[in-house]
Amino acid sequence: MAPVTTATSAAAGELTAELRGFREVQRLAYACAEAVAAQLKPGITERAAARMQREWLRERGVRDWFHLPFAWFGDRTAFVNFRIPLQFFPTNRELEPGMPFILDMAPVHQGFTADIGYSGCLGLNPVHDKLLADLEAHRELILREVRERRPLREIYQDVDRLMVRQGHANRHRAYPFGVIAHKIDWVRQRRWSPTLFGFGTQSLKGLASDALHGHRDGWSPLWSPYTFSDHPPQPGLWAVEPHLGFRGTGAKFEEILVVTDSKDPQESAFWLDDDLPHVRRWQEEKAA
Amino acid sequence: MKTGRGRGRDAAAGRGQEPGRTQGGAPGRASGGASGGGPGLAGATERWVHTGGVELCVAELGDPEHPTVLLVHGYPDSKEVWSEVARQLADRFHVVLYDVRGCGRSTAPRPLRGGFTLEKLTDDFLAVADAVSPDRPVHVVGHDWGSVQAWEFATVRRTEGRIASFTSMSGPSLDHFGHWIKKRMVRPTPRRAAQLLNQGAKSWYVYMLHTPVLPELAWKGPLGKRWPGILQRVEKVPAGDYPTASLPTDAAHGAWLYRDNVRARLRRPRADAYAHCPVQLITPTGDAFLSQRLYDDLEQWAPQLVRRTLPAKHWVPRTRPDQLVSWITEFVTAKEEGDPAKQVTARGPYADRFGGQLVLVTGAASGIGRATAFAFAEAGARIVAVDRDAEGAARTAELARLIGAPQAWPEVVDVADEAAMEKLADKVDAEYGPVDVLVNNAGIGLSGSFLQTTTDDWKKVLDVNLWGVIHGCRIFGKRMADRGQGGHIVNTASAAAFQPSKVLPAYSTSKAAVLMLSECLRAELAGRGIGVSAICPGLVNTSITSTARFAGVSAEEEKRRQAKAARMYGLRNYPPEKVADAVLRAVVRNQAVVPVTPEARGAHLLSRFAPRALRALARIEPRL
Repeated sequence: MAPVTTATSAAAGELTAELRGFREVQRLAYACAEAVAAQLKPGITERAAARMQREWLRERGVRDWFHLPFAWFGDRTAFVNFRIPLQFFPTNRELEPGMPFILDMAPVHQGFTADIGYSGCLGLNPVHDKLLADLEAHRELILREVRERRPLREIYQDVDRLMVRQGHANRHRAYPFGVIAHKIDWVRQRRWSPTLFGFGTQSLKGLASDALHGHRDGWSPLWSPYTFSDHPPQPGLWAVEPHLGFRGTGAKFEEILVVTDSKDPQESAFWLDDDLPHVRRWQEEKAA
Repeated sequence: MKTGRGRGRDAAAGRGQEPGRTQGGAPGRASGGASGGGPGLAGATERWVHTGGVELCVAELGDPEHPTVLLVHGYPDSKEVWSEVARQLADRFHVVLYDVRGCGRSTAPRPLRGGFTLEKLTDDFLAVADAVSPDRPVHVVGHDWGSVQAWEFATVRRTEGRIASFTSMSGPSLDHFGHWIKKRMVRPTPRRAAQLLNQGAKSWYVYMLHTPVLPELAWKGPLGKRWPGILQRVEKVPAGDYPTASLPTDAAHGAWLYRDNVRARLRRPRADAYAHCPVQLITPTGDAFLSQRLYDDLEQWAPQLVRRTLPAKHWVPRTRPDQLVSWITEFVTAKEEGDPAKQVTARGPYADRFGGQLVLVTGAASGIGRATAFAFAEAGARIVAVDRDAEGAARTAELARLIGAPQAWPEVVDVADEAAMEKLADKVDAEYGPVDVLVNNAGIGLSGSFLQTTTDDWKKVLDVNLWGVIHGCRIFGKRMADRGQGGHIVNTASAAAFQPSKVLPAYSTSKAAVLMLSECLRAELAGRGIGVSAICPGLVNTSITSTARFAGVSAEEEKRRQAKAARMYGLRNYPPEKVADAVLRAVVRNQAVVPVTPEARGAHLLSRFAPRALRALARIEPRL
């Protein structure tokens, strides 16, 4: 499979077959998130929610994962008191009315990977609504600065500053390496696709090989606040996941940003799909 | 009708003739004297309720169409103890007060012995409630013995449906008290034994009142004469129309409240003393007669209990009327509206302490100020977010409203500008009410050696860091002191206030001044129930580093150092939220100086025991 580094005519609304493949699996994942979110009710546990996502996607042909589905409820959406990575895994925390939740999954379908994050809440939660609304500025900021070819580390810091201005805490800092995004790619389909600490081995292999190549060429597949991210955006697919936290409530979105080597700013970077739940929500709010 | 001073003596003498005047349930008639001569209950309508062989003097204020709030006074008081609270509540409620039998202008039962049992007091309550609000349940508020009685009203079956809510202050149910003692006697762990001994010591007056005759003699003799002075000196009750002249007879008769009930109830407490109405418990933390621990198991007797704590002594209706009015209004209104979605209290820690209070925070657009505003908002306080940065202040206010502040307002003011601060204080007073907690937090950073710091730099840093605090303390502190109902001032100093450093001479000087200012002010305001705390955070990850001025270097170098300092503070990564928690804790505990981060605490310790070590540290220049 050819890497997604060549320019596309995205502006014209035409995607290459491979990008369409990525978009399909991203839509599938978001459909799963919406289907599972609609079934969540008080008393359901994070484990049950994660299992529902897994089963829903398995029924639709997903056999491999970039990472297994996560589900976080209540103050775990803001990673309160998270110290070790094991705490990311689903627990027996039960959902209660008014609680925010985040479903995060990364299925691989026919070799195409998606990594998405879906934030919602059970009933009314004004803080959560505010966080979701505030995420829009981050989606715009990231795209604008990637098109300007600013070093990833600087973009990270700008996102940080925007969060502080908004009064929120940076919660993607809690992710491994504090990443706001990571590269994803096409993976080879095998009959057996084991996972290691929740991550698919095929995907890990891809990430490791990217890291190795990147290390030689001066870039990294992890978009972090550290010096190894002090380079302009590397062409490819980036799963971008800004994660805001505000006093025990967290919200994020995660979707694929396509970065190409095109000279045209519009085509040099674009969100793979603009028809996603959080984007639709912002448009509806604006319309209303 | 006789009112005003000298009423007690007259009433005692004239009690024989009173019963002929009005009968229970008759529509009230205005008491000409009360509206003119009785300063406490000006404008009250009075009526007499006849019940169980006594005449109860009942006063009413406010529109009878509004929900009825019934205020029951304690010992050794008469209904005038509520005068300030009643006057304020009358705007929104139909306020009813009555003199408990044997007190004020109500007549005493004959004989006195056996005439003050809780059963008879419940009869009185029902008679008054039926007279003033025959078809709607009433909201009961009790203080001291009024609360003890009201607990009986709220827990016996025959009053069910007559009480809409109950606000209790400084008066436990004798039945709950009996169980409390029993539990601690049966299994006296060290902690329980200590609690028992503590309350046992606080109850000394109960034992005294069980002596025959002597209390009556004392009250009618020297104690009665000295009592107003004692209240002012020890309990800080403001002078005025309280206590009334009927005090000696009130107190003498009231002794039978203890003699008729205490031993009987404590020995055999009722096992079914469950409240059948919503209860709000207001606990003064400085109560000399009642331990806070008495209410530890109260949820068991009163489900959905709403707790409030108040840093005050026993006579809260006299010393903290504004706060009581605000909490009673909030509670009663919530029960009247009956909206389950509307939560009475915020959920955060200390919601019992700060619910509904007005908190003003300067420098609230970012960092520690913003986090402090949020922490107070979570505790249910109303917030005024003051900052030069309009957008940031607005944002703080907006988010504060989302997390529990009933109201929050942004105000754009430069704290260094005295006239603007005066204007702010006038506006806050007029539109939002008196400030309960003031947080002088606004500050700027300035680094650079003393010899390179210009006069202009000094001016700037002192204007904000020191003059800002002075203006805040002077303007708002004066209003707090004049109001005379307590309050708290928090000044954000710094660990630099006791840790000298060659790179922070101007900043450290300003902060040391703030620290000393806070200590002096604390001494001055201690007598008025206003606490002053100085917070010394240390290295906290806020935007102060990226806006700090670096004296004696080029603009470019300054930018580089700002970025480097911001990175260093980021690596230290002590969150402002933890400082905000320390601020709330400092207010609740009324702490004088609070170093927050471990390095600040270390420096504070060293400054006292090894100042030479700090002097050595002061010579180090961190590489930026």
